[in-house]
Amino acid sequence: MSKQINVALIGNPNTGKTSVFNQLTGLKQKVGNYPGITVEKKEGVCKLPRGVKAHILDLPGTYSLNTTSLDESVAVELLLNKNDKDHPDVAVVISDVENLKRNLLLFTQIKDLRIPAILVINMADRMTRTGISLDIPLLEEKLDTKIALVSTRKGTGIDRLKELISEYKTLSRNPNVDTTVIEPSYFERLKETFPNQDLYKLWLVITQDVNFMPIEKMLIKDSSSFTTKSKSELKRLQQKETILRYQFINGILKETYKIDIAAAKGFRASLDKILTHKIFGYLIFFVILLSIFQAIYDWSGYPQAIIETFFASASEWVKNTLPPGVFTNLIAEGVLSGIGGIVVFVPQIAFLFLFISLLEETGYMSRVVFLMDKLMRPFGLSGKSVVPLISGTACAIPAVMATRTIENWKERLITILVTPFTTCSARLPVYLIIIALVIPKGRFLGLNYQGLTLMLLYLIGFGAAILAAMVLNRILKIKSRSFFVVEMPNYKLPLFKNVVFTVWEKTKSFVVGAGKIILAIAIILWFLGSNGISDNFKNAEEIVEKRIASEGLSDFNRSNIESGLVAYNEALRDSVQNEVYRIDAAAIADSLQQRKEALFETAKNQEISSFKLENSYMGYMGKAIEPIVKPLGYDWKIGIAVLTSFAAREVFVGTLATIYSVGSDEENTDTITQRMAAEVDPTTKKPIFNLASGISLLLFYAFAMQCMSTLAVVKRETNSWKWPTAQLVFMSTFAYLVALIAYQVLK
Amino acid sequence: MEITVAQLKRGQKGIIKEFADDILPIKLLELGCLPGNQVELVQVAPLKDPIYINVNGSHIAIRRSMAALIQLEIIEEDTVR
Repeated sequence: MSKQINVALIGNPNTGKTSVFNQLTGLKQKVGNYPGITVEKKEGVCKLPRGVKAHILDLPGTYSLNTTSLDESVAVELLLNKNDKDHPDVAVVISDVENLKRNLLLFTQIKDLRIPAILVINMADRMTRTGISLDIPLLEEKLDTKIALVSTRKGTGIDRLKELISEYKTLSRNPNVDTTVIEPSYFERLKETFPNQDLYKLWLVITQDVNFMPIEKMLIKDSSSFTTKSKSELKRLQQKETILRYQFINGILKETYKIDIAAAKGFRASLDKILTHKIFGYLIFFVILLSIFQAIYDWSGYPQAIIETFFASASEWVKNTLPPGVFTNLIAEGVLSGIGGIVVFVPQIAFLFLFISLLEETGYMSRVVFLMDKLMRPFGLSGKSVVPLISGTACAIPAVMATRTIENWKERLITILVTPFTTCSARLPVYLIIIALVIPKGRFLGLNYQGLTLMLLYLIGFGAAILAAMVLNRILKIKSRSFFVVEMPNYKLPLFKNVVFTVWEKTKSFVVGAGKIILAIAIILWFLGSNGISDNFKNAEEIVEKRIASEGLSDFNRSNIESGLVAYNEALRDSVQNEVYRIDAAAIADSLQQRKEALFETAKNQEISSFKLENSYMGYMGKAIEPIVKPLGYDWKIGIAVLTSFAAREVFVGTLATIYSVGSDEENTDTITQRMAAEVDPTTKKPIFNLASGISLLLFYAFAMQCMSTLAVVKRETNSWKWPTAQLVFMSTFAYLVALIAYQVLK
Repeated sequence: MEITVAQLKRGQKGIIKEFADDILPIKLLELGCLPGNQVELVQVAPLKDPIYINVNGSHIAIRRSMAALIQLEIIEEDTVR
């Protein structure tokens, strides 16, 4: 294998770093995590001139090498650690032409680490509009580097960048700024203690806030001849360093960077005036949210119907093609229906991610943060909490990770803890099926009840999040300095390619993540439901046949057969009257008889399988938990479904589908719904799914913490089991109590 | 005239004066909030807080409490639009 050039892309947030990455790598990229942490790792391969290949790593955005978060420390650690397999041969620093001054701060720091660095000045297409002119050759000379002037929007300058990367060996490794002048005596002592180390690198290791390179840090602390400085002294030095760097940068830009102030303003200012206006600002935000939710429902219907049909026919195909048997049943009933159950929601999830990434790409999300900050503060939240709460409507997992931008630990922790209350897309299937079952179809003031109920559930979710935040704000005794800095990036038209990549990546990881859990649960459920040890299970057929012989079929099946026969009879009569068939009365009677027998056979098989289920392992487990769920109005089957959905909520519908053993040739929601509607409590003879138990279920799902993946992410982000455990216990107890009260009152 | 960033009116500008070492987070300094740099108040949030400033070419939003820590020397008086 020929050696690849290791390239690290690094830059401030909002400089178009990801766009450059997409331009360099195209579709040859993969997104994973850094080992042990949830920081996203994006890497890809890029073909350079003369057959050379480069491995491109997109580092998390950072304003400087003075890290304050996990994401940033990943970037710094990689730059410092020469032994890391991804340690860059060359760093590509992305800057944007309008914020060049600030972007250069990071650039000079990287140069001082003696890593060959190329400067990319992005958004070159905006130069004329914003009245900026640059003297590139002089800038290259002053910064001692090579510059690529790039426009990711127009796709220009990328070839020059590739050329520069392939010639990285010719780049200078000399530093830009001599940091030691901020306190010569201190750096002198450092040098004496560690004669073989690079001074600036040592300085960075010493000043990092996060748990960072513990071994090297220890080494420095242990060194007896060297006394570390106090925190505030270090901070003062960092401040001096920053000032020093800006002096250097200002000096250079004075000669190379010209801006015509009058041209720079205008569009941005007028848009800001409207979007952050005290009335229109909120109004526009509300309208945007409303149209997003509307669009998600309106646009997803069509692709969802296609997906449903596809999975139904796939299941059919498996049954008809594979030899009948246990394995075929597992695939067709367990796996395919389980996976189908989640894939159906892909359109909605993709649309949600699409809109969220549009809000971020355009720069609007920062304005929302700005608008909402004061409103959120009484609840112990920050304006930045709005972003997780909105993206929580897609999925709590990325939402919890999005809290990283919140600087204040208390605000961040509260946001993490309450985000799972927002109605995520996994609750949707549960809501939809239960609403269809128990909420009447009528209209109220032109709005239909079912739609209103759904909206109400979303509001309940947000309400619960806000209330919980308020309570937590009171309870949690965490002192952390209030600290809120948000960059307000310039407005941009979103880049199509970036949006598509984001939606594709996020949707894929959602499906794969949820798919794994559902697959596992489907297999376990299927096993537990189709095996048993009791005599009842083994002799199910005889017992049920005997019962049918003495008592007849169940009421549901009897009326079902009757109505089926009536319909068949009418169809037959119509055909005869219209002279489609020419058959006599005896033949009609005969055909009716045959039909009756077929229906009877189906009904009998159904009763056998439901008797078997009742006596299977799963049946026993269900019966065991029934006393707990009974007060909420659920029978043991719903109990099992609720229990399995603690792994992931969306499992609920799949579990019920499996449990109710709906005729295998009609695997669609309608028949599940019909079957659920027909479920009758054996003692009271009333439907199991009535208004009281339905509302109780809806509320239970609104509040309960039923998602293992979210718990795992919370554990990682808070670095302790304490918070996810508290979340699980509190939310689920609360859900149980609310559902209990709702059922007992409505009963 | 001496005021803090929190007292600026919309469109008003000032130059940041020297400030004590410890009061501002380093992140704010990196964004350009340094002595000698110019600050302009761009926009105030509907509920008066946070505020949106342009400092040294960086557009950032900060809370009033932090803005009150940054002392200024006013340079233009007549720019309230």
